[in-house]
Amino acid sequence: MSTSEQQLEKVSAKPELLLSTQHSLCPGCGEPLAMRTILELVSELGLRDRTICVGGIGCYTAFPSIIDIDVIQALHGRAPSVATGAKRVLPDRFVFTLQGDGDLVNEGLQEVIHCAARGERFTVVLLNNGVFGETGGHMTATSVLGQRTKTTMETGRVAEKHGYPIKIADLIAQIDGAEYVARGAMHTAAAIKFTRNCLRDAFQLQLDGRGFSFVEILTMCPTDWYVDPAEGPKWLDENFLGTYPLKVLKAPAA
Amino acid sequence: MEGSHAVAEAAIQAGCRFYAGYPITPSTEILEYMSHRLPQVGGVCMNAESEIEAINMVWGAAGCGVRAMIASTGQGISLMQESLAEMANAELPAVIVNMMRGQGDYYQATRGGGHGDYRHIVLSPHTVQEAVDLIALAFYLADKWRNPVDVLGDFILGHTSEAIAFHALDESDLPPKTWAATGARGRKSLNVTPLGSPEKLNLDPGSHYGHIADKLPKIAAVEKRCETGFLDDAEVAVVAFGSPARFVKYAVHLCRQQGMKVGFVRPISLWPFPSETVAEAAGRVRALAVWEQNAGQMIDDVRLAVLGKVPVSAIGGISHDGSGFGVGPALDPETIVGRITDVYKGRAAA
Amino acid sequence: MPRQPATVTIDVETCKGCALCIDVCPPRVLEMTTREVNHMGYRYPILHDGCTGCELCFKVCPDFCFEVYRGEKAAS
Repeated sequence: MSTSEQQLEKVSAKPELLLSTQHSLCPGCGEPLAMRTILELVSELGLRDRTICVGGIGCYTAFPSIIDIDVIQALHGRAPSVATGAKRVLPDRFVFTLQGDGDLVNEGLQEVIHCAARGERFTVVLLNNGVFGETGGHMTATSVLGQRTKTTMETGRVAEKHGYPIKIADLIAQIDGAEYVARGAMHTAAAIKFTRNCLRDAFQLQLDGRGFSFVEILTMCPTDWYVDPAEGPKWLDENFLGTYPLKVLKAPAA
Repeated sequence: MEGSHAVAEAAIQAGCRFYAGYPITPSTEILEYMSHRLPQVGGVCMNAESEIEAINMVWGAAGCGVRAMIASTGQGISLMQESLAEMANAELPAVIVNMMRGQGDYYQATRGGGHGDYRHIVLSPHTVQEAVDLIALAFYLADKWRNPVDVLGDFILGHTSEAIAFHALDESDLPPKTWAATGARGRKSLNVTPLGSPEKLNLDPGSHYGHIADKLPKIAAVEKRCETGFLDDAEVAVVAFGSPARFVKYAVHLCRQQGMKVGFVRPISLWPFPSETVAEAAGRVRALAVWEQNAGQMIDDVRLAVLGKVPVSAIGGISHDGSGFGVGPALDPETIVGRITDVYKGRAAA
Repeated sequence: MPRQPATVTIDVETCKGCALCIDVCPPRVLEMTTREVNHMGYRYPILHDGCTGCELCFKVCPDFCFEVYRGEKAAS
């Protein structure tokens, strides 16, 4: 380091709502990047004092202990129902769920669909890495064809044996009660920026008192994709974006 | 009021402002009543799409510090078990009403059909008025101990009409719900979680589960409730709970008219079970008889309390009419008197 | 156009050696150590001269290791 920092202005630092940088997630994991983006937005929008995050169960369950917002920890798959109870009794609070693909699309598929249909006024955030990370990397409903996981090791996912991945964002977008549905990713700075805008639009929809919003965020899991951490972004690009393109699937008419 | 409606109104009088339910006989009338009445008092009633979704909506509302209730029957309670177990770990107050079909859900309620070391407080009314009183007590105890409280009704209770009165409890000793997730305005943020400590940066699940387990003997020490009658000179005592106990009490009365020295013990808290009261009765009589409309569940707790002091006979049993909802032909004073007489005259197996 | 002064600080003890920052840095001024490791056993990035303060390393780091400083107001 050559230049003295005293002359320079700090322009980036860890989010003010992050209580600790010590999380046990793997090298190269995309989930902390999603969490950072969310925390930055919560700060920017001045929402700390009225935010209730409802957490699912997965690797990201490490986060509730290190973020400076109220969290209700839900059981696997149940966060949308817990969020329903919370938002219905405290409608002026800002409520979002934080769930993985195993939690949301496997265990909790029914819950999120019903919440979308009811037009519940909170935001569901899906961290999709195509595996059950916390239990060691098993196939989920969103694992892509060809993806090797602990339960599809020999052949990768093949349709005849393991069926097809569920494109949950596309399903949700078809439901009338869902007003904003988008898919972003954390694998490049450009994708992070796009995702941040999607999250901001979803959050703003809730602040405007409007209905169900859903943001899927593709995240790197080099550990369970069997690649080096530095190769995670490339693997995501080559293997996920074909099945899960980044886009806003549904938004209210301007 | 009809029993189901009285239970729902009692909850509203006790401050319940969130209800989630799924239509299932014989609890459906509670959902119906709540759906038109709760919005009148600014509350929320959700007709949930499944039992698991319903109990988790209750989880969310309770986690925000709102008094919340759910009602179902045994099958629905079975579906909810993971959540019911973990609500105890999350220290969430909530009232869970099981309108039973018969009495076969005693184990489910008192042992807990879920996983791990937890218990719900379980209350068992035998009249509509008592159900109304116990619902108010349930909300109080749930907040006092930060634990779910079950109230066991049944088809008979649900469809019996009685004149009732609502009595407000003195709840001045309940602390404010500073543990609830409401948005962290003006305070440190917190977690409402079954996994460990509510503090940030310090999950410590081991201590947390120990703390939950430590609560149970504290609850057991002070929350046992029971009704007894005619025990002073009784030679046989009948133990029964719930709506059938109403019939048993009447049958005991008939036995007394026939000159038999019979008394009764009616547990009102099924967990914690009033073991001391049962043991004390066992010390007075030469035999105990247990009337329950199932294949023998509460009788285990009776036997544990009695510890072999006197013979304990099962005189009830499964009894359904064609509907399968537990209102069977055995629930008849003459039948009950006959079976008590068998025990009294030494003719029953123990 | 003169380049503004800029730099980053790196919390090397928190780094998990994922190296996502290395390829993302446009002037390529970050380089992973080869032999040195932190207390967790991970290699970590070293900063060479030439940082432009673009913040990309900060944006892609899952472990919040970077703080970025720029001299918009600094004298040259």
